[in-house]
Amino acid sequence: MLTYVLKRVLSTVPVMAIVAVLVFMLLRLAPGDPAAVIAGDYATAEDVERIRTQLGLNDPIPVQLWHWLMQLASGDLGTAIFSKKSVVELIGQRIEPTLLLSLCTIVFAVAVAVPLGTIAAWKSGSIVDRVVMLFSVGGFSVPVFVLAYCLIYVLAMWLKILPVQGYKSPFDHGLLTFLRHMVLPVMALSVIFIALIARMTRASVMEVLEEDYVRTARAKGQSEWKILIHHALRNAAVPIVTVIGVGIALLIGGVVVTESVFNIPGLGRLVLDAVLARDYPVIQGLILFFSFIYILINLLIDLSYTLFDPRIRY
Amino acid sequence: MTGSTPVLEIRNLSVALPKGADRPFAVEDISFTVGAKEIVCVVGESGSGKSVTAFTTMGLNPKEVKAVKGEIILQGEDLLKKSVAEMRRLRGEKMAMIFQEPMTALNPVIKVGEQIREMLEIHTELSPAEQKARVLEVMEDVSLPDHVKMYDSYPHQLSGGQRQRIMIAMALALEPGLLIADEPTTALDVTTQAQILELIKDIQQRHGTGVLFITHDFGVVAEIADRIVVMQKGKVVEQGTRDEILLRPQHPYTKMLIASVPSMEPSHRAEIDKTAPALIAQKVNKTYGGVGLFRKSREVHANKDVNLVVHRRETLGVVGESGSGKSTLARCIVRLQDPTSGHIEVEGADIATISESAMRPHRRDIQIVFQDPYRSLNPRRTVGQSIVEGPMNFGVSAAEAEARAKELMEIVGLSAEALDRFPHQFSGGQRQRICIARALAMQPKVLIADEAVSALDVSVQAQVLDLLDDVRERYDLAMLFITHDLRVAAQICDRIMVMQNGVVVEEGETAKVYANPQHEYTRTLLAAAPGRDVAFAK
Repeated sequence: MLTYVLKRVLSTVPVMAIVAVLVFMLLRLAPGDPAAVIAGDYATAEDVERIRTQLGLNDPIPVQLWHWLMQLASGDLGTAIFSKKSVVELIGQRIEPTLLLSLCTIVFAVAVAVPLGTIAAWKSGSIVDRVVMLFSVGGFSVPVFVLAYCLIYVLAMWLKILPVQGYKSPFDHGLLTFLRHMVLPVMALSVIFIALIARMTRASVMEVLEEDYVRTARAKGQSEWKILIHHALRNAAVPIVTVIGVGIALLIGGVVVTESVFNIPGLGRLVLDAVLARDYPVIQGLILFFSFIYILINLLIDLSYTLFDPRIRY
Repeated sequence: MTGSTPVLEIRNLSVALPKGADRPFAVEDISFTVGAKEIVCVVGESGSGKSVTAFTTMGLNPKEVKAVKGEIILQGEDLLKKSVAEMRRLRGEKMAMIFQEPMTALNPVIKVGEQIREMLEIHTELSPAEQKARVLEVMEDVSLPDHVKMYDSYPHQLSGGQRQRIMIAMALALEPGLLIADEPTTALDVTTQAQILELIKDIQQRHGTGVLFITHDFGVVAEIADRIVVMQKGKVVEQGTRDEILLRPQHPYTKMLIASVPSMEPSHRAEIDKTAPALIAQKVNKTYGGVGLFRKSREVHANKDVNLVVHRRETLGVVGESGSGKSTLARCIVRLQDPTSGHIEVEGADIATISESAMRPHRRDIQIVFQDPYRSLNPRRTVGQSIVEGPMNFGVSAAEAEARAKELMEIVGLSAEALDRFPHQFSGGQRQRICIARALAMQPKVLIADEAVSALDVSVQAQVLDLLDDVRERYDLAMLFITHDLRVAAQICDRIMVMQNGVVVEEGETAKVYANPQHEYTRTLLAAAPGRDVAFAK
């Protein structure tokens, strides 16, 4: 087990290195020039050129890459071109809203999707099952921003029961205000997860319900309800947890859009602003940070398998 | 019968199948009883309705399969009149069931002790501590070693026999009047089977349980039955005491079934020309595991220094229990697995350790027929496509391969038109015939049958055995016959080889080994074969 964790943690190093190189190359391939943005609309070609040299953007690409990798190796994500703040500091400032939004979304999505999927599997073929699956297809198909604006229109502007947008930290404004502001973004962001997890839960539980040990449980006189909870769900857990892990990748994309729509000052907004300004160090730093989180979460998910299934040992 | 009122009485029961099934009723107008302290065996081939009878009694049939007529009376109560909730209360408390495959019948993620305790949790008011005490008591009752420690084990940590003991302990936790056992020893090794049968008999006598025992195996029936009910296509064709049925069967179907049971008496075999070995294996080793990253992991010797010779027109049987390495040996010889070391000579070429590309030309010389005919044919390809694929890979023209496929279909007892059909349109026995035709299409020198008749009903089994013996002679094949079934081995093998834990412990002419086994393990195996003392009516 310890050996396995060690191996997995060590294996993140090459993965991160590959991600770093790819991000670097892709950014250089994309059109746009941070120097031109800094210099502004009235700058001359010389101004832009001067700024480019200052920023080291005129160095050959391999040299720039080498500098950046060396910087990374010393644990420094670099300094933002515009705000001149270190990228680590920027992430630190913006992480709270994103972290809380993601956490609320995952908790809410799992809390809704797993029961929905389980009931759909239990009553497979029934009207309940069909409604859940219809919702699931719908959830996949509606883009986050469309759903977000619909929710704002109905719940905030028309019924006026929730704030339109914004973020209130629970540490400054209290839990209730925080939650009121979280409801809409969490709903918008979680729909796709609910769809995904409910589908996987349904498929997984349906498969488990065909197993011999479920028949054994029935032969014991166990009630259907307890069969679902005790026998089916725990055996169905591994694929469900796996899909939650995959969903974290979706979440990162969703966060960028959701934070923009609801005007939440989190990492998603930071990414968007940095991309528009071509702030290379910030973009690179954030993508690396997201990749690291993603790898870490999937490691935790792989380890969590041992909790659900005693046959899995690393 | 003990004379008292029966525990279970089934009267004129008919169970309907959903529309579109191959017949309207799964069971039709059947009646029989199970007394207290009595073991009633329901025997029949697949599709006879024996399992449906058991599941209807338990109320565990799928919704589409409904009892439409008759009564199932358990200790005076008609089960067919019970509500879902009432049935749930009766299951476990008044009647319990054990299943064929104890590995899959137990929940893999719950400790076995807890799974037994669940029974008490559902049906009793005992406190958790009292429940646990009772669980340990029943675990001891079914002779589980170190039961206190085993309470906290998971199913995968136990052996097949231990798992079945857990199932039995679970079933008996509430001392139900009726125990239904659905092929409870079919998935077990023969020595384990003997122990489990012994346990069921012993417990049933001590607790006065009535047992409804579903099986297809007449050896098991001979071991355990007080009375026998023979079923065919949903109907009871004959019932009577053990001796009446086994020794003096009346109905033609019963007679046919019993006559199909392979005898433990080795059949007479023709003399073999021992100058033409077709397959020679020397010091074949197969080792799993080995080098780990930080520490040396455990090595498992699946095959250890195995030597064998099979001559043309000869059948060598490899017998042993699960884990003996007999299937690994077969797979190494066909090179589906790579042996760790050793020599395997076919047609003068040593194929044991040559590369995959060097192996290719030799592949057609050694063909294999697997156990499960349902899974060894590609469901999306016609039978014809499956049969011609091999020869065409070796450059035979399509026309020639097809002509040969037609010829082979006749030889294996199917019609040439069947080539255009898909596997699901055939029965298990027919599919196994197709698998044999597919193997023969390659014109092999060596044919390996890996438990090739184990999944078949006894009457079909006899036919497929005849077919294998017939093609061996017709095509001068050397046959390696892997089986766990000593009865089958006695019928078809010229010589047999007994394997235990990867090692060959005894080898010799079948008749001699059966008559005078030298090794302790061979003696144990022979002694464990169910119904060995019964001379079935022929």
